[in-house]
Amino acid sequence: MTAGAVRERRSTEVPATADAARDHRRREALVTALGYAAMVAVLVTVALPLYWIVMTSFKDRPDIYTLPVTWWPGTFHPENYAEATTSVPFWTFLRNSVIITGVLSAVKFTLGVLSAYGLVFLRFPGKNFVFLGIIAALMVPNQITVISNYALVAEWGWRNSFHGIIVPLAGVAFGTFLMRNHFLSIPTEIIEAARMDGAGHARLLWRVVLPVSGPTMVAFAIITVVTEWNEYLWPFLMADDASVAPLPIGLTQLQNNDGLTDWGPVMAGTVLTMLPILAVFLVLQRHMIKGLTSGAVKG
Amino acid sequence: MRSSPERTLPSPGKQGFLGRPWRDYALFAALVGPNLVLLVLFTYRPLVDNIRLSFFDWNIADPAATFVGLGNYREWWSRPDTWQIVGNTVVFTTATVVGSMVAGLALAVLLDRKLNGRNLVRSAIFAPFVISGAAIGVAFQFVFDPRFGLIQDLLHRVGVDSVPDFYQDPHWALVMVTVTYMWKNLGYTFVIYLAALQGTRRELAEAAEIDGASGWTTFRRVVLPQLRPTTYFLSITVMLGSLQVFDIINVMTRGGPLGTGTTTMVYQVYNESFRNFRAGYGATVATIMFLVLLGITVYQVRIMDRGDGR
Repeated sequence: MTAGAVRERRSTEVPATADAARDHRRREALVTALGYAAMVAVLVTVALPLYWIVMTSFKDRPDIYTLPVTWWPGTFHPENYAEATTSVPFWTFLRNSVIITGVLSAVKFTLGVLSAYGLVFLRFPGKNFVFLGIIAALMVPNQITVISNYALVAEWGWRNSFHGIIVPLAGVAFGTFLMRNHFLSIPTEIIEAARMDGAGHARLLWRVVLPVSGPTMVAFAIITVVTEWNEYLWPFLMADDASVAPLPIGLTQLQNNDGLTDWGPVMAGTVLTMLPILAVFLVLQRHMIKGLTSGAVKG
Repeated sequence: MRSSPERTLPSPGKQGFLGRPWRDYALFAALVGPNLVLLVLFTYRPLVDNIRLSFFDWNIADPAATFVGLGNYREWWSRPDTWQIVGNTVVFTTATVVGSMVAGLALAVLLDRKLNGRNLVRSAIFAPFVISGAAIGVAFQFVFDPRFGLIQDLLHRVGVDSVPDFYQDPHWALVMVTVTYMWKNLGYTFVIYLAALQGTRRELAEAAEIDGASGWTTFRRVVLPQLRPTTYFLSITVMLGSLQVFDIINVMTRGGPLGTGTTTMVYQVYNESFRNFRAGYGATVATIMFLVLLGITVYQVRIMDRGDGR
């Protein structure tokens, strides 16, 4: 795009010398070549470990513990997947992950949209101060709050339960920020028109505001789902056994099952843990990236 | 902070009459209240409670706590492992912040043009960012396996015969967790920088090049200054993220080898509170960490404001 624009300008208005034009073309060609080289390098960096993980998940023991390393399994050993899903209650972990991620995402999404609506469309003295109070929570690492929260939740008898995992994580700062930014960008005329028609808050939200907020809501939803699916420390502290532990915690059990790690089944379990979220990501990545960058660019 | 433009519904009819605003207030409380209560209860309350707990000797499983004044802080200051853990935290955080920002920016600059397959590469780089850190940590243990792993094979191929022992050597173990986290996080800085580059004013860079400025000068004097807000945003968010890394360390090394080889302050908070049952001491580390974090963030925000004003 840059190159095209410059070249066009040169040919039409700037009577550059032939030498300068050649230099410029040479530089552009070099930079393009560098771009492709960087693409290849980064693709290898990302893909090679993933390839290694997937291949190991299909290798039999002798293929794993051998030198030089085998890049292609001698015999495919899908039994690793059977072992990963039976030696630990894998499907229970998966169910727990789905429950925790599902409920938590739904709650956070609702709270985020409603908070943002209130902060933008309602009258309240000092509401910018309230907003500041909400987004400042982004600066407080969860890891610092676990001691006191653990003591509180244990006192309530909520340990090793879904609500004990879900409720303390349900406050939403980033999503409120994201939705508020979007609501502020909705043209005033649309809101005015709805008001002329006598719409109340419920109708304004459902019929006017939400229908023009699709992409931002998708971004908010996917970022939340990814974050909660990967949540580790809090469920790790809360869950005592397989009944409520989500996948990332269950995976560690696979690893610690016996003294020596058997990498075949562990890698199979890892692949199974990665797959659902990668699938969601591949379908909705455009929205996720847009959500993250809009927060950054306006932040 | 900008104040929000007025978007509220003007009350129809009796302006200034108390009835209408009160209903608005109630609605506001109903919409924003639950979220605010959750954040106050589970984010701000523990922040303050941490400070109180840091003055106690307290086993988290036991309701009784003994007041020890500044004892925990004195112990923290004089304990030999403190400075190794602070050192680990500084090394890990600096390496991941600087490393992933420089690499992300370099990649974004190189890929900020028409290249075939660019979108595919963008997705590929970003994919590790969405994978669970625990899963990546588990898998990368075997990638780094000193005897049968991928890294040792690659090192042998380029002629390195004595492969470092990532499992037993504390320094190489720290390298291992740092590289693993950077692998996971690179896509984030890249994608944000790429979006920011697409928002820069291209005609400025073009004009500089036509005036004969070299590529490097154009980048340093024209492009980089326009990216300044993004750079500050990333330096804060990546730093916050790096300081919080727990999953990768817990599954890969459990803070070891040799006790505290890869223990960062966040890991120490967990280790002291939940494995050594010294929650008061854990709260002390958490409080110190938060104060440092607050100081750095305030400093960065002040620089950012000054940068914008210029």
